Amino acid sequence: MSIEYPRILPTGDRALTVEFGNEIDEHINARLMGLINHLSDERIKGIEEFVPSFRAVLIHYNPAILTYSAMEKILKKALEVPIRENSHRKRIVKIPVCYDKQYGPDIEDVAKHAGISVEEVIKIHTATPYLVYMLGFQPGFPYLGGLDERIHTPRLETPRIKLEAGSVGIGGGQTGLYPMESPGGWRIIGVTPVRCYNPEKDKPIPYMAGDHIKFESITKEEFDELRRLDLSGGYEFEVTE
Amino acid sequence: MGIVFNKGGIFTTVQDYGRMGYQNLGFHVCGVMDRHAYWAANLLVDNTDREAVIEFTISGPTLYFTSDTVICITGGDFDPKINGEAVPMYAAIKVQKGDELEMGFCKSGTWGYVAFAGGLDVPQVMGSRSTDIKCRLGGLEGRQIKDGDEIHFLSSVKTLPLMGQRRIERPDYGGDVVELRVTMGPQDDHFTEKGIRTFLESEYTVTSQCDRMGYRLEGDVIEHNELGADIISDGIAKGAIQVPSSGQPIIMMSDRQTLGGYTKIANVISVDLSKIAQCKYPQKVRFTKVSVEEAQRIYMMERERFRLLNERFIKRSFIHRLFNHWKN
Repeated sequence: MSIEYPRILPTGDRALTVEFGNEIDEHINARLMGLINHLSDERIKGIEEFVPSFRAVLIHYNPAILTYSAMEKILKKALEVPIRENSHRKRIVKIPVCYDKQYGPDIEDVAKHAGISVEEVIKIHTATPYLVYMLGFQPGFPYLGGLDERIHTPRLETPRIKLEAGSVGIGGGQTGLYPMESPGGWRIIGVTPVRCYNPEKDKPIPYMAGDHIKFESITKEEFDELRRLDLSGGYEFEVTE
Repeated sequence: MGIVFNKGGIFTTVQDYGRMGYQNLGFHVCGVMDRHAYWAANLLVDNTDREAVIEFTISGPTLYFTSDTVICITGGDFDPKINGEAVPMYAAIKVQKGDELEMGFCKSGTWGYVAFAGGLDVPQVMGSRSTDIKCRLGGLEGRQIKDGDEIHFLSSVKTLPLMGQRRIERPDYGGDVVELRVTMGPQDDHFTEKGIRTFLESEYTVTSQCDRMGYRLEGDVIEHNELGADIISDGIAKGAIQVPSSGQPIIMMSDRQTLGGYTKIANVISVDLSKIAQCKYPQKVRFTKVSVEEAQRIYMMERERFRLLNERFIKRSFIHRLFNHWKN
């Protein structure tokens, strides 16, 4: 059975799904982010919300303004024009992380598993920006792509009951961070001192799907300083466009 | 200037229409479970259709009023009494400072609501007053209401025009077998023909594993084809019917996670979401397939019905106010 992508699938009477493929792939994700950007720019009345995921986007719309067939027309037209991939809007959000043993209880295990030093793990983990495919599981939890194979590490056999908010970890071939305190089974290699979940702010989460996250290694002293700054409301994430 | 909860009840929260516009960041929508009851309650006390209400289940709260207001009780029947006297549901009721509203155990339905004229004074967080228990966000400090809590009203409303006419019929939430209309998809192609037939032709029982996140049902196994029960995670709409490899359906409700990796065979149409919300163990339900176009027609009819009701009160209220103005 071969499926032609992109395809539009009804999802109840006030949402629909547009699928761009059936694999986790940066280009597929970039195309769906391209569609979201395009439709957001058009400001179409009746489209309420986009929920991007690895290879699909769920679009919520108001059926009192747009019927399903009207939505289909809008989408077919939008999909006809060659979709610009999201890359022209590459936004990199820098996140400071302290990889000290005190904050990264599993970093030595990751190093051991990879057969390299802790310093090399840090160097590899901070070397490249990671694409944020989508956010979910908890507010602000980024599903990141592109973790260097050398530091892929299996999840813990028994998940921890409580991880500190801001914990950065590796789970199999993925890396990411827990913006809120939560249980979790990933190997924790560090903690960011700044809040990546703050509902008081205009932007409660500093990054979104389609952005890139780049981790930057900081010392314990810098950790304390940045935490103080963040708690006083003075921290701004460094973003390059 | 509000209410004091002499008893918080088993699980009472502040809810409104829901926290929209942040699902892309992973925020749960939350909001009321039964939108029909919510609309009705707000409508009857002249509130906008996005005003916050209190929602409760199993055993409701007891409220002490520290000022006069007008309220409306809707949803499941919790045997409401004011100062020991039974009061009607789906009707605007005047209450006075010092009155006590007592909700009992749930006699029918699952979720009960009280709306207060003018609304509740809890802060809006990201555009909504809904409580998100998991994220400890919104409502009253992001938690369920406990004994002794106090909430103020946003404005003081002693009475409303046409009090006697502010009542509507309690909706019919369905009989022995509740019919839930569904639109198929988005992953109905992950099921065998037999699986689809089973889904649409057999009865399912609502289990006791139901909460604001989702309702687990039990019945004949819905068979997947070779594509299987797992998908690459994608967005979940309210009312999505997930079928994991067990073949037993789960209907995703207000507190659902934003993304999920199970196949979604169909989606309950928005008008019928109130019906499933008010179901509890061991209610039987049946799924009936409708087209998306049909589901949207049904939604528009429901919307029109509410618009007309609303207009009736607004127009008459207006005439009434004008009349009083001249009289004075």
